[in-house]
Formats: sequence, structure tokens, C-alpha cells
Amino acid sequence: MTMFSPANLKRLFLILVITAVVAVMTGTPGSSTASPTTGVHGSFLERVSWFGLFVAPRWLLFTTLGVIVWLVVSLYRPRARSIRRGIDTALALPKALATKRSTRVALMLVALVVVIFLPKFVHESFWMYLIVEQIGVWILLALGLNVVVGFAGLLDLGFAAFYAIGAYTTAWLTGALPAPALFHHPIPTLWVIPIGILAAMIFGVLLGTPTLRLRGDYLAIVTLGFALIIDDFVETQSGVTGGGVGSAPVPHPALNLGFWHFHWGITPTPYYYLCLVFIIVFIIVFTSLERSRIGRAWVAIREDEVAAESVGINPLKYKVMAFAVGAASGGFGGVMSAGLVGIVNPGLFTFQISVNVLVLVIFGGMGSIWGVALGAIVIQTATSYLDNYQPWGYQINDLYMYIGALLIIMMIFRPAGLLPSRRRAREFAAAKGDEQVHTDEVLTGDQP
Amino acid sequence: MLTVTDAVVRYGTIEALHGISFDVQQGEIVALLGANGAGKSTTLRMVSGLHAPASGSIIYEGRDITKVKAHEFVSMGISHVPEGRRVFPQMTVEENLEMGAFRRSGPLRDDIEEIYVQFPILKERRKQPGVNLSGGEQQMLAIGRALMSKPRLLLLDEPSMGLAPMIVETIFSIIGQIRDAGTTVFVVEQNATQALRLADRGYVMENGRIVFGDTAKNLLTDPRVRAVYLGESVEGE
Repeated sequence: MTMFSPANLKRLFLILVITAVVAVMTGTPGSSTASPTTGVHGSFLERVSWFGLFVAPRWLLFTTLGVIVWLVVSLYRPRARSIRRGIDTALALPKALATKRSTRVALMLVALVVVIFLPKFVHESFWMYLIVEQIGVWILLALGLNVVVGFAGLLDLGFAAFYAIGAYTTAWLTGALPAPALFHHPIPTLWVIPIGILAAMIFGVLLGTPTLRLRGDYLAIVTLGFALIIDDFVETQSGVTGGGVGSAPVPHPALNLGFWHFHWGITPTPYYYLCLVFIIVFIIVFTSLERSRIGRAWVAIREDEVAAESVGINPLKYKVMAFAVGAASGGFGGVMSAGLVGIVNPGLFTFQISVNVLVLVIFGGMGSIWGVALGAIVIQTATSYLDNYQPWGYQINDLYMYIGALLIIMMIFRPAGLLPSRRRAREFAAAKGDEQVHTDEVLTGDQP
Repeated sequence: MLTVTDAVVRYGTIEALHGISFDVQQGEIVALLGANGAGKSTTLRMVSGLHAPASGSIIYEGRDITKVKAHEFVSMGISHVPEGRRVFPQMTVEENLEMGAFRRSGPLRDDIEEIYVQFPILKERRKQPGVNLSGGEQQMLAIGRALMSKPRLLLLDEPSMGLAPMIVETIFSIIGQIRDAGTTVFVVEQNATQALRLADRGYVMENGRIVFGDTAKNLLTDPRVRAVYLGESVEGE
């Protein structure tokens, strides 16, 4: 294929159309009161800085970017096979090392040392706070959703509901809600941790038992509905939940062992360690669950529910279990967030949150505990950075456009995720390849 | 061993089985025959607990199992090989076999080796994912997986479906061996000639009813069997 073959020119055209769409979407919004062409003018004719190098109109910037993409693609396509082979050979050694148990253990130890000493390197309290609130809590959410989506293969679009339950349970039991605390006796925030986890798990069972008889899309819709109900409830029942304003301040956790007092207060570092301990505990619990009999039942249900039933697995029981187990870390995320932020309000539990958690799981690698943890770290670090520094004229409203583009690129080049689980990678490869017809089969009309 | 009496199955308002009765005695192979859409698969779905009958009863070893759920069958000694093989696609052959013993504990090594003796090809392929096996191998794996739970009654749904005649021959001879080893077999099959050569008794279905039943020997020569399969059943389809 030459550079200027009709097929390649068609590709250039397509890329330029996409670039124009991106230019409009990232450009100045239109206005109904001023000239209706404000948006178009702003998107194409406005002069902007090119990454701080020089200033020129936007249309020129975007066309240049489009042409660069086109050049890269047309240079890559004819050489794709040899480039891919080169990458494979280059990665052969690291891959072989990575599968060795000793390297894995070493990597884990290095990671452990890094996370333990991380607060020593992060001097700004602001960033430490973001690390706990934007990364730590989100790792917990992603780990929990991974059990549901990655292990058991159930699409849950309402995971934020469990996050909300954890957080509101905390606010309720510590006496921060308009509704009186249980037995009119507020309890310390730290004690809420086990109760919050338990409450989320109970809701997992309550939601799961009737709905998990449904499969696929139907289940996704019902979970979405459940999340919307919770969202609606906390938003409108202001007498119970505080409504849109949210709760009164939730006391910061404190520990009193008689001989030793510790108060979490407003500095984020102690929360960091609390969160870290629980992340490690959840990782250990989920890893051992994955390898257990329960984990094998989840794989069986994910791969073929009828076959699973035929070997004696009760699908409903194990699916409900996945919901409850996943809800546990989601619920703890809620407790953590309430204790750290010191206030609970409905803005934390929108549909957008559920989708964001799902993005982390898909990006990191469904079914891979280390994958989703890494996915959460990468995406949440990037979004926190972009939101707070706003480099290159980045606008917060555009975040989801970039995340969408990132997911599309992932689906093309690494569909099983950043660090895919071995089995999931195989499933994706199998879904991609054509079905084989073997010599001992005959094709009949009534094959499933 | 298994007695079905006046079973009626409905899908919504449509009655698929209009009160069927049959029985399976210990140690025999019973074949359920019939053309496409006669109600064979519905019958097996009912007998394996996937779809409860609206009325009628299913008695197994003197126990009423009409309302028992599919996943509880395994622990009662009934194993079901579902239609279309249904091996776990991304589990290896060996993992598939291990899943077959999900409901019992204890070491599995000896039992797996026993399955490998019966199906040597599975041993060769034991590290391969199920999806990479050929149809015949998948059928053997599905049967082997069902045997891992040590059933007293084995339910087979269309074991010859989509397979070439030579493999069908092999599979049927294995089903014979399973019976000889002491497991009762109830098989739903479209390939009447093959099934009747192997079975001890057979029932023939038409339009959601069992129209007649007899010993396999008699059915093989019965002209009504051919009539049920309009256009006459030719060996190997």
C-alpha cells in the first residue's frame, strides 16, 4: 500500500473528520444569545498556543495533528507485523521474568516499600489528600467491582450504591445525619468500619437475591435502577439523609486503646496508612477467594452458566456471594471517604461514579486484581493531575472525552486491559478469532 | 430408578409436553427418540431440573424430585451432559474434569486418571483449553466431566449432535461401556438407528407426547419409527 493510494487517502479524510469533531468538542461552547457562530468561530479560528511553542489558529493546529496521526498510521501499517514481532522479542525476557515467582515476590516487596514510604516523598498535604481520596478510595471501589465484573462476569452499573451505603451508614451511626443515630447513641467513626462493610454486604445480598436471576443486559439495567433509587432517596429524603446539602460533619476517626491515643484529624497521612492497610487486606482476601472453590465456581458461571449448573454449582448462590464480597470493599470505600472528607452528600454517588469505577476495571484488566489496582492508580493520578494543573488548555469538562478516547484505544490495542488476568486474556483472544470447524464435526442447521 | 408420570411442561401459555410418562430401570440405557421439535429436549430439561413440570411427578430412587433444582441433582447421583456439549471454553481439559467433581471433596487424581483411561485423547490434550478441542473431543470431555461426580444416572442430551459418523460411533460405544460399568443412562437422540443399536429400550415422541415405547430390538424393525421421522432416517443423518 502506497502513501497516496485511494484507501490511504480515505483514511486521511476520516482522520480529518474526527479531528474536526474533536476541535469542535474541545473548543469554546456556542451561545444562544450571542451570534450562533460563536462556537464554530472559537473552535476553528481562535488563535491558541501550540504547547507553548507559538501561537496560531486552532484549525491549523488540529489539521497538523490529524496529518501527523495519518503519517504515523500509514508508516506503521505496512510494517505492523515486523514491528509487532520486534516488540514481542524485546518483551520476551521481561515477560519470562515476570511470570517467575521470585520476580513477582521481589516486585511486590518493592511496591510495598514504595507505598509505605510514599508520604515521605509527597510533601504537599494537598497531594497526599488527593492520593487518599482520589486514588486510595478508588482502588477500593475498583477492587470490589472487579469481584463482581471480573470474577463472576456480572455487569453492575450501580456499584456507587454500595459506596453510598458505606458512607451514609458512617454518617448515620456517628450521628451526623438528621435521622437519629441507632439507639440514639452515636458511635466512634472507627467502629463503623466493620458495620459499614457489613451493611454494604447485606445490601448486596438484598439486591442480589431477586435480581441475579437475570442475565447480562437485564442485570445491568436493574443494578442501574438500584443505584438511581439510592441516589434519589438520599437526594429527596432530607429529613433522613440531609438531602442535597448532605450530612453534618462526620467526626474524624480516633483510636483509644487506654495506653495509646490516636486521632486521625485533618492531615491526610494517617488516613493514607489506614486506607493502605485495608487495601492490602482486601487484596489478600480477594486473591485467596479467587483461588478458592468459590473463585472456581465464579469462573465456571462466567464461562457457561448452564454447564456450571450441570456440575452442581448453584449459580444464584455464588452470584449473590460475588455481589456481597464486592460490596464489602465498596462499602469500606464509603466509610473511608466519609471519615476523611468529614461530610457525606449525594454528589459522591452519582451514576457517573459507577461508570468511572467500571472504566478503571476495564482499563486495568477485568479479573486481574493487580491490573485494576494499577488501572485505578494510572487513571486517577492522571485525572487528578489534569484537574489541578490544567496543562495545555485542558478543560475539566473534556475529561470524559479523553477517557472515552483512551478506552477506545485500549480496546483496539490491549482489549484485555493493562495487566490482564491470564484467563481473561485467553477469553478475549478466543472471542476475536474465528471459530474453528474440526474434521470430526458436520455442520447441521440446529447447532446452538 | 426414574419414573415420570403424566408430566406437563409449559413455556408460558404454550404447552410443550402434554402429560408424558416413562420409566428408566437400573442398569439399562433408555433412548428417547423423535424428530426435531417433538419435545425430546424439553423432556430432558425437565428431567434434569432445568424446567419444572406444571403438573405430574418425577420419582427418582423412590424420592419425589419434581421440584428439585438442577444444581442439586449432582449430589443425588444424577449427572447431566447438556445439549451442545457446553464445556468450559477457557478452562483446560483437566480443569474441566476437576469442575465435574465440584460437589464432592477428596483427592481427584485417581478419578481423573480413570477418565483418561476411558478417553485417552483427553490425556493428550489435558493442558489445552476446552475451546480448542474438536467437537468430538468436547463431547468426550463433557461426558468425562459428568462422570467425575460418580453418577448413578447419566442424562445425555443429543450426544451425536453435529458430529461426524465415525466419532458418533466412538461416543456411542463409550456410552455402552458406561452402562456396563454400572451407570444407568437416559439418552435423548435424533439419530434413531444408532441410538437403538445401543439402547435396551426406547420411547418415541411426537408433538409433545410419547407415542409408543418398546425394547430397542423391536423398535429397530418397527415401521412406525421410520414413519415418525418423515422421509426415513438414514444412518448418520
